[in-house]
Amino acid sequence: MSNTIHMSYEVPANDFTRAGEASSSLKSSLKKMGVNPEIVRKVAIAMYEGEINMVIHATGGKIDVVISPEEIEMVLKDQGPGIADIELAMQAGYSTAPDNIRNLGFGAGMGLPNMKKYSDEFNIESTVGVGTTVTMKVKM
Amino acid sequence: MGKFFTSVRLKEDLCMGCINCIKRCPTQAIRVRNQKAVITKEFCIDCGECIRICPHHAKEATYDSPEIMKKFEYTVALPAPSLYGQFNHLEDVNIVLTALKKMGFDDVFEVSGAAELVSEMSRKYVAEHKEKWPIISTACPSVVRLIQVRFPNLIEHLLPICAPVDMAASMAKDKAMEKTGLPREKIGIIFISPCPAKMTAVKSPIGIDHSEIDGVLAIKEVYPILLPLMKQSIDDVEELGISGRIGIGWGSTGGEAGSLLTDNYLAADGIENVIKVLEDLEDQKFDQLEFIELNSCAGGCVGGVLTVENPYLAKVKLIRLRKYLPVSRSHLASGVAEENFWTDEVNYEPVFKLGKDMNESIANMSRVEELCEKFPRLDCGSCGAPTCKALAEDIVRGVAKEQDCIHILRDYIHKLSEEMSKLDRLI
Ligand SMILES: Nc1ncnc2c1ncn2[C@@H]1O[C@H](COP(=O)(O)OP(=O)(O)OP(=O)(O)O)[C@@H](O)[C@H]1O
Ligand code: SF4
Ligand code: SF4
Ligand SMILES: [Mg+2]
Repeated sequence: MSNTIHMSYEVPANDFTRAGEASSSLKSSLKKMGVNPEIVRKVAIAMYEGEINMVIHATGGKIDVVISPEEIEMVLKDQGPGIADIELAMQAGYSTAPDNIRNLGFGAGMGLPNMKKYSDEFNIESTVGVGTTVTMKVKM
Repeated sequence: MGKFFTSVRLKEDLCMGCINCIKRCPTQAIRVRNQKAVITKEFCIDCGECIRICPHHAKEATYDSPEIMKKFEYTVALPAPSLYGQFNHLEDVNIVLTALKKMGFDDVFEVSGAAELVSEMSRKYVAEHKEKWPIISTACPSVVRLIQVRFPNLIEHLLPICAPVDMAASMAKDKAMEKTGLPREKIGIIFISPCPAKMTAVKSPIGIDHSEIDGVLAIKEVYPILLPLMKQSIDDVEELGISGRIGIGWGSTGGEAGSLLTDNYLAADGIENVIKVLEDLEDQKFDQLEFIELNSCAGGCVGGVLTVENPYLAKVKLIRLRKYLPVSRSHLASGVAEENFWTDEVNYEPVFKLGKDMNESIANMSRVEELCEKFPRLDCGSCGAPTCKALAEDIVRGVAKEQDCIHILRDYIHKLSEEMSKLDRLI
């Protein structure tokens, strides 16, 4: 593919002070590229939720983003514990976040539903003990 | 006046090209070229950070000299509430106001009086526009400009009400015209300002098509003139004040938000903190707040670069001064509210954009990433840009070249000298 740009971000494990760095860096790049503000907003919200999940529920991971004139694709891959029941995890309000995480203001069980809501294509694959990969696309 | 005015200027002879300011500018608007700092005015939000940091006092704000009063037949001083926080043991605002008249102004009109009206209008607006919560204050022109160039999704949250100083200016002008019968242009409305951003807001206003302010004086220049005049005023103080606790509270952080009589607000000050709040707000990390008060300067307007007192002490002084005042002394007369909403739409100005369309942007962004790989990622500033990435963007924009990076230049010279010695051996 000629006119695409690829960006990748490492998401460190267990570091709340750095969680969100990847999505804000992508947000700033998209703005500089002149992407429609409404699309930037969708991407930033969806990616931030995914990034936080990688920190809270897994052990960090890697995010690959491909931007083309047609769409923005985000692939979030971790080697965490995986999700046993994806359908359940996708339900609004479902969360396994422990109390200490809830005290930080997370754990409303709205992350995955919001990621789905704000992306135009959403796919999640997960194997217990192996890891989780979320792929999201937002059309330009 | 051009769309992009900035009131920060460089005194070239004083600039040493030391790169302190390029590192501090929150919008990366400054570069050092040929050993001198240059501001890209499209990027500058007039926050004054570079004026604060420059160790050689090479950055200055533009404002008018008191001479400007001579241009008008009748003048009205508009003191910002932060002015009152500059003086020790001030017990009565009227002393300052009387001294302003002794300085040569025909009348005074407290900005804090208009601030109380803005508070009243804001209370109503916030209550009636739940769909726009959180509503973001628009009294600090640097914040408004920042949102306009960098946070397009937040524009709809801006409070569309004139800043107190603009409202005070149009009220003062109407009042003076009525009193004197003079035409508009013979009356000079002069703002006594804590910050350079207000100067810019006069020259290129946002949300309104023109400002009634005719001149801007710096608090730090008026201060030494007022001190002796205040001593003289103590015995014949005129009753000129029109504001109470709420209006004067606007001079420091939390004053505006507090005047909305809700505790469901956030108030942040200092430009870096403001940016953090805006980033989080944009990602919808906090909802359910009614109001967000943002001030570019630490401490609020009392922290403006044109003030003299330490902002935190000035805040204490404002609190003491307010203590025995009534809550509010100015109230909306009918018709005033309607005239003081924004009239002009505020549009996103994508000044940081890298390409004219998506194809060009992708190509340019790829080139930026490529260049970043080449650079040592030291962000040393020797090239005159604040970071390696900023240099890469400058190169793509066509305003810098790879060899501006001294590390690349060194490698290049190395290669050249190797080739020279090869040639040497051939001869
Ligand atoms: N990357 C992941 N690895 C393992 N489990 C995950 C991962 N992402 C989500 N989950 C599981 O799915 C549940 C629901 O995720 P979701 O993001 O919707 O809610 P949450 O993270 O618990 O709360 P919130 O996102 O509202 O702060 C999580 O509680 C967790 O059990
Ligand atoms: S801080 Fe900026 S303006 Fe001041 S001397 Fe250094 S380069 Fe020049
Ligand atoms: S006033 Fe602020 S935005 Fe403008 S150049 Fe100085 S530091 Fe940068
Ligand atoms: Mg989550």
